[in-house]
Amino acid sequence: MALDTQAMRPAAGLGAPPPQNPPPAPQLASAPRTSAGLWRDAAHRLRRDHAAVAGLVIILLLLIIAIVAPQITPYDPNDQSFRIKLKPPSAEHWLGTDEFGRDVLSRVLVGARVALYVGTIPVIVAMIIGVTLGLAAGYYGKGLDQVIMRVIDILLAFPWLLLAIGIMAVLGPGINNVVIAVAIVYIPAFARIVRGSVLSIKEKEYVEAARAMGQPNPQIIVRHVLANAWAPIIVLATLSIGQAIIYAAGLSFIGLGTQPPNADWGVMLSSGREYLRDAPWLGFFPGLAILITVLAFNLFGDGLRDALDPRMQ
Amino acid sequence: MTRFIVRRILLALPVLLGIMTAVFILLQLIPGDPALALAGEKASVEQVERVREEFGLNRPLPVQYAYFLKSAFTLDFGASLRTHQPVATELRQFFGATMELSVAALCIALLIGIPAGVIAATHRAQPLDYGAMLIALIGISTPVFWSGIVLIYLLSFRLGLFPIGGIIGTGIKLDRITDAYVLDSILTLNGPAFWSSLHHLLLPAFVLATIPMAIIARMTRSSMLEVLGQDYLRTARAKGLREQRIVVRHALKNALIPIVTAIGLQFGGLLSGAFLTETVFGRPGLGRYVVAAIGARDYPAIQGTVLVVAIIFVFINLLVDVAYAAIDPRVHYA
Repeated sequence: MALDTQAMRPAAGLGAPPPQNPPPAPQLASAPRTSAGLWRDAAHRLRRDHAAVAGLVIILLLLIIAIVAPQITPYDPNDQSFRIKLKPPSAEHWLGTDEFGRDVLSRVLVGARVALYVGTIPVIVAMIIGVTLGLAAGYYGKGLDQVIMRVIDILLAFPWLLLAIGIMAVLGPGINNVVIAVAIVYIPAFARIVRGSVLSIKEKEYVEAARAMGQPNPQIIVRHVLANAWAPIIVLATLSIGQAIIYAAGLSFIGLGTQPPNADWGVMLSSGREYLRDAPWLGFFPGLAILITVLAFNLFGDGLRDALDPRMQ
Repeated sequence: MTRFIVRRILLALPVLLGIMTAVFILLQLIPGDPALALAGEKASVEQVERVREEFGLNRPLPVQYAYFLKSAFTLDFGASLRTHQPVATELRQFFGATMELSVAALCIALLIGIPAGVIAATHRAQPLDYGAMLIALIGISTPVFWSGIVLIYLLSFRLGLFPIGGIIGTGIKLDRITDAYVLDSILTLNGPAFWSSLHHLLLPAFVLATIPMAIIARMTRSSMLEVLGQDYLRTARAKGLREQRIVVRHALKNALIPIVTAIGLQFGGLLSGAFLTETVFGRPGLGRYVVAAIGARDYPAIQGTVLVVAIIFVFINLLVDVAYAAIDPRVHYA
């Protein structure tokens, strides 16, 4: 048995399901045509998973909140009023006010935009780059594989926060640089999981057949290899979004992410820590928002993994 | 076994070199003059020139790289711009505290996570299983910087059970050897310091433990479920062994192998979490050090911390691989 514990190590996460249980590629014995059936079966299984459905409903709600946030906030999230600073939750301010007299509920609602942005964009970027690298490394093998995987090994040699800090030290603070840093943190996870799938898929008869028919490599990669490697990629992406939200909030918490006065759950938590004794609501609600959001993505991601991998049933 | 260890160490060397190269490239990417960045914005022209000379920054790039490797291997990162102390000395001071926090958290995570996973697996699809796994899922989804704040508020401010922050009570004297406070107080047989530092350690360690605890519980459960279905357990039951003995001696022992891997995988996250936990609890350590360094654009300190922690992380992974090979007889050493 090969000793390849590294293979199981995508982003050395603050702890998340994706690193531990990379979902195995679905074992498709026959041609890619069956993949529609796979997805239909998975959707059917997913619908019966109440926890996953609950996760999806929360995600959709958050999405709606993020889109309509400016219209539904009771107050302007950046409106300061020192007359009402650090007021506890009340009928006027449901979640209280902060040290500048800003409405916490309005800021939490607007913060959902930032959270979904820093959760999804880095994961999508990491997915595009990681999947490309993984496909290239797995399909072409040899020298290219060696080069790509050694670079991935080096990225994995940094604990995520440290890698992000190193990148942010160069790029400077700011929300868009958080997106870049978190994306780089996630590239290895996608590259590894895709490479693993590709290694088994490229030995399949239908790939051999496509090659024998003289199809060019890029076409084989997209139509036959990638088409059959999607399941674990989607699961990893879903589970990574929740994690990326925590990572980004962590970077904002230590002052590297969103810069004040913009509303961001991590920044709000950071000031909540300063006023903990007198105004505990300041840090409590944004943290609760993070928890609910991440939990929703984890519930949905777990459900998706079980649905796409029937062997776990 | 020796051959395996040697091979594994040799495999780690290119990764170490890669880490150093990556940090070197990052330093090159800092906008502006690297000598100015390392000397600090307030430095005089002479100071900047001295730094330029000392780190070979006026030489061609390959020579700079050689200088950089030399400073990395000798752990000479220059002086911190903030404290004016050698970065290596400061890292040594804070290393002990961060490792103590991480190891304490890992112990708590194991002590609670493994039994929780075993109970969930042996009560599959029962309320106990659902409850444990729901708690684990919430644990995975909770940022440490939030659970830290909530627990400080409840347990420290409200109930007064734990200190609000810090690493040891003020006015308690402790001779520092390893800079891990609890360990040092044991080594120097210092009772008051031991209780005080342990009291300061418990809450942050528990907060840091939540995520690895949840992951270990989930891993233990799935690993146990796999093992519990094996033939040799049916044999053990058929022999009439007591259920408790079957679970612990026969099932858990075999289920532990993937759990060891999970522990290794947790360490990177644990170190990252430790950095955030230290910030929340105001504990001196590598995390607080690097966070303060970023605020001050203290590049020598940031560079030193990133490099040293990455190197430590490589060694931890090496130890995990060796431990993995040692407990799993199916792993070939060659």
